[in-house]
Amino acid sequence: MRDAEAFRLRWLGRKQGRLKLISEAWLKSGPTDARKPLGIRFNQLKQQIEEVLTSVSLRIQKVLEGEERVDITLPGGVRAPGIPHPLLKTMNEIVAVFHHLGYSTALGPQVESDFYNFEALNFPPNHPARDTQDTLVLADQQAKPSRDRLLMRTHTSPVQIRSMIACAPPIRIVVPGKVHRNDAADATHSPVFHQVEGLCVDTNITFSDLKGTLDHAMKALFGSSVKTRFFPSFFPFTEPSADVQISCIFCSGAGCRKCKQSGWIELLGCGMVDPTVFASVTEARRKLNPADDAYNPAKITGFAFGMGVERIAMVQHGISDIGHFYSGDMRFLEQFA
Amino acid sequence: MNILTKWLRSFVPDIPVDDRQLAEDLTLRGIAVEGIHDLGPGNGHLFEMDITTNRVDAMNHYGVAREAATIYNLPLVPLDTALPAASPASQPFSVQIAPEAQNLCGRFTAQVLRNITIAPSTGQVAEFFALLGLKPISNAVDATNFVLQGMGHPNHAYDLDKLDGGIIVRLARKGERVKLLDGSERTLEPDDLVVADHSRAQGLAGVMGGWDSMITAETKNILVEAAWFDPASVRRSARRHGLHTDASHRFERGADLNACATANALVAKLILQSGGAPEGKLIDVVIPSVAARTANRPPIALSMAQVQRHLGATLDDQPNHSALTANLVRQYLTALGCTLSESPTNNLQPATFSVQLPSWRLDLEREIDLVEEVARVYGYNRFANTLPTALPVTAHPLAAAESAVRTRLLALGYSEAISSSFASEADGATYLGVNQQAAHGLVALENPLSDEARLLRPSLAPGMLTMLAHNLNRDVREVRLFEQGYLFNGSAEQVVELPSLALGLTGDMPPMPLHSAKDAAVFELKGVIESLLSLFAVSPEALSTSAASALTFVSDAPAWLEPGRSSTALLNGAPIACFGELAASQRETRKLRQPVFLAVLDLDAVYRLPLRRATARELSRFQAVERDFSFTFADAVPWRTIADAVHALDLPELTRLVPVEIFRDTKAGSASAGKYALLLRCVFQSNQRTLREDELSEWSARLIATLTALGGAIRT
Ligand SMILES: [Zn+2]
Repeated sequence: MRDAEAFRLRWLGRKQGRLKLISEAWLKSGPTDARKPLGIRFNQLKQQIEEVLTSVSLRIQKVLEGEERVDITLPGGVRAPGIPHPLLKTMNEIVAVFHHLGYSTALGPQVESDFYNFEALNFPPNHPARDTQDTLVLADQQAKPSRDRLLMRTHTSPVQIRSMIACAPPIRIVVPGKVHRNDAADATHSPVFHQVEGLCVDTNITFSDLKGTLDHAMKALFGSSVKTRFFPSFFPFTEPSADVQISCIFCSGAGCRKCKQSGWIELLGCGMVDPTVFASVTEARRKLNPADDAYNPAKITGFAFGMGVERIAMVQHGISDIGHFYSGDMRFLEQFA
Repeated sequence: MNILTKWLRSFVPDIPVDDRQLAEDLTLRGIAVEGIHDLGPGNGHLFEMDITTNRVDAMNHYGVAREAATIYNLPLVPLDTALPAASPASQPFSVQIAPEAQNLCGRFTAQVLRNITIAPSTGQVAEFFALLGLKPISNAVDATNFVLQGMGHPNHAYDLDKLDGGIIVRLARKGERVKLLDGSERTLEPDDLVVADHSRAQGLAGVMGGWDSMITAETKNILVEAAWFDPASVRRSARRHGLHTDASHRFERGADLNACATANALVAKLILQSGGAPEGKLIDVVIPSVAARTANRPPIALSMAQVQRHLGATLDDQPNHSALTANLVRQYLTALGCTLSESPTNNLQPATFSVQLPSWRLDLEREIDLVEEVARVYGYNRFANTLPTALPVTAHPLAAAESAVRTRLLALGYSEAISSSFASEADGATYLGVNQQAAHGLVALENPLSDEARLLRPSLAPGMLTMLAHNLNRDVREVRLFEQGYLFNGSAEQVVELPSLALGLTGDMPPMPLHSAKDAAVFELKGVIESLLSLFAVSPEALSTSAASALTFVSDAPAWLEPGRSSTALLNGAPIACFGELAASQRETRKLRQPVFLAVLDLDAVYRLPLRRATARELSRFQAVERDFSFTFADAVPWRTIADAVHALDLPELTRLVPVEIFRDTKAGSASAGKYALLLRCVFQSNQRTLREDELSEWSARLIATLTALGGAIRT
């Protein structure tokens, strides 16, 4: 509006307007017989410009007075897209990190036999190591041999066994999946939860390769300034075994409530594949090919790792109750839109 | 388990760091300190430990002290087991291990103490019990617990005068009864191992002692027991009788056969501090075959080459020279209790050791176990970060389809959800799947989490309903959710896991030109199913065919959906989805305050289809012509009949046939009762030429004739 008025004054102003100056400078100095038609044309042009200016000004005025005006402070209107589940989003992110490191996705069933879930992973029957994984078992299994009994897998590790029985080394797999335990639900435990497992088997795989891989993955997931720390731990199917902590992403290691003032957050378990696991795999492979020697522990080594997706998503988003993940509560999901 | 730093430092006096650093150093070596509590000046700290199940040797003060001694390369103070002079025994106390029990009880030591005095504990026992928060009972009982806390070997003190004759370790007789220290009466099975006297069982071996022979204020003479029991046998009995004790916890994980005599002496020594004397020397029965497979295992070889092969580079490595030297390996393993002798090799080859394993480390069995010990003591964080070579990534066969379905559903406004994997028996019987198969394939759990979770879910519908109800009960009235998950079908022999999809929809919807607000949700679900199937090549011969021709909808649906307001979708004639409004009875059962709409889709069948590859068609350069027709039809004539009749005309230039709007408003006079008015739009177009008015008129006339033949009346 102000621009239109400035334009009018600049070109059409009675005293200093450009057209006035032009007409004075040219028309009055031109040949007499040409002055009249030129003068008419000149006035027509001037009139046209004035009409356009007036209509623009009117339209602008109308809009400003509200007839066609939108209240742009009202909320935007669009049919909202659906919201990806924060847990599955985190799981997909973790899997993508390992895809970039050369790991292919492998999946396995949620109902497993005791052999794949425990025995082949060096949890012997009636061993105290089984106490750490309270298991949901299927009905009517008692008549079967122990290794054939069906249960809900307590971890994604049986997919390690399935993959090695199916394929000779080298192996690089990442295994996302749902697992179940006979645990009471509370703010940080759920009988249903998700894990991402990884397995790397090849010639000359070392503990330092395991360290480097997980350090790289944690930096990819949580930012390049994150540090990792490895602790000796125990899992029947790895040796050496380790728990991995990352420097607290909330306080950068200074200590806060989220890391219980330690500066570190525990995120995953890992280790070098125990030779007993390779032996179980070889035993199963030899049922198909008696000469199979692909998993001879003198020739190959490997590492495996596993992480709870819920825990990582809870850390990433500051979620305090694991139950939100399985409620379908729109108020919870909408925060992740 | 709790550990006192004051007690630890009595075993390793010169630990060069404060308690907090000690906790950190232990934790970094896998002896995890989870909590640190200041006990006040001069009392040090209490460490709350989380010892992994394989390290039973470190579930006591002396074991943790050995770890500290190893970390700081310091000597560990030996345990003083010297007893006062013994009075001679007239005849030695009788201890027998029954032949059938000799695999299960590898060693039994017994020491008779006479004329002892039962009194409150004093000195170090009283002090450490107070710091640990343990309740003192009497010197004799406290001594057994003190030794357990101190050096870890379970032991027991009997009132000697309550024992009939001697001790026999034997298997129980079926139905035999024993009253245990906790006052409970137990009925035994033939594979329960008991410590008995000559008339009855006096305790469940390795689990809990017996009531009848327990120490009381009147006890004058004591028999101290320290034995070794088989892990599996103890575990079996402990589980059967629902008892988890300090003793069973340790025996189950493998106790130290060689520690029996030491533990026995330490207990006896403490009791005798208040008076009394040992009678005779220690009675010690050892089963050699058990000793051979536990304490006296043959040495194993450890090669430095294997250390390098498994562990890789350290941060302090020099070119061609690992910082993790043979000397360090020898130092670490020796401190942990191994005896190393270097096997002769020529100088070019890495050193190889023959390693005699400590009797308290039954978890060490193989070379790799020693490699782990070396890595653990060296410190995991002193190893370098290296990366293995990458391999080419192969896509999972279902990944693209799953992702396409997920992306489409998100774009359509449905949010992703995850529900329980379980279902109740009632829901299992009700929520039959797309194919309405009978409930014979239900899979039940032996130990369900609750009565509502007895089954593995045979359908995703109940879980979706639970989530819809969760929202409605919290006044969230607009909900669009989907769950892509697995359902379970099968038997105790074999379970099949099938990918499935559930959609849940509830909330106010605006009326649409073709349907009322009340029906809009049903048609939205239909639209979602059509949209999802359009992602796939639904007929094998034509990868680019759209779903429309292969996908049909019938009014039959499972009983959990409301009849007349639900449908089954058929793909090439086979059911692939069902959807609609939840049946009123189900809505009532679940107390849902507004109508909810569900769909379940058989993703297993969908995922068998290849994803559709789009093939572009030539876009016409010629103008399209729209012709609208307004007809009145009887309600009995469905859209499908009209569309089929028009398609049967086979007009190649009729490129689109669209029902634009339906009117049923009888009051406004747009249609009379039992009839509806339909605004129909036809789009004609040719790829070759501009259409002529006369041919358009002819096609329109044929259309009108066809629709009139269906009972339609053209409106003007
Ligand atoms: Zn923090």
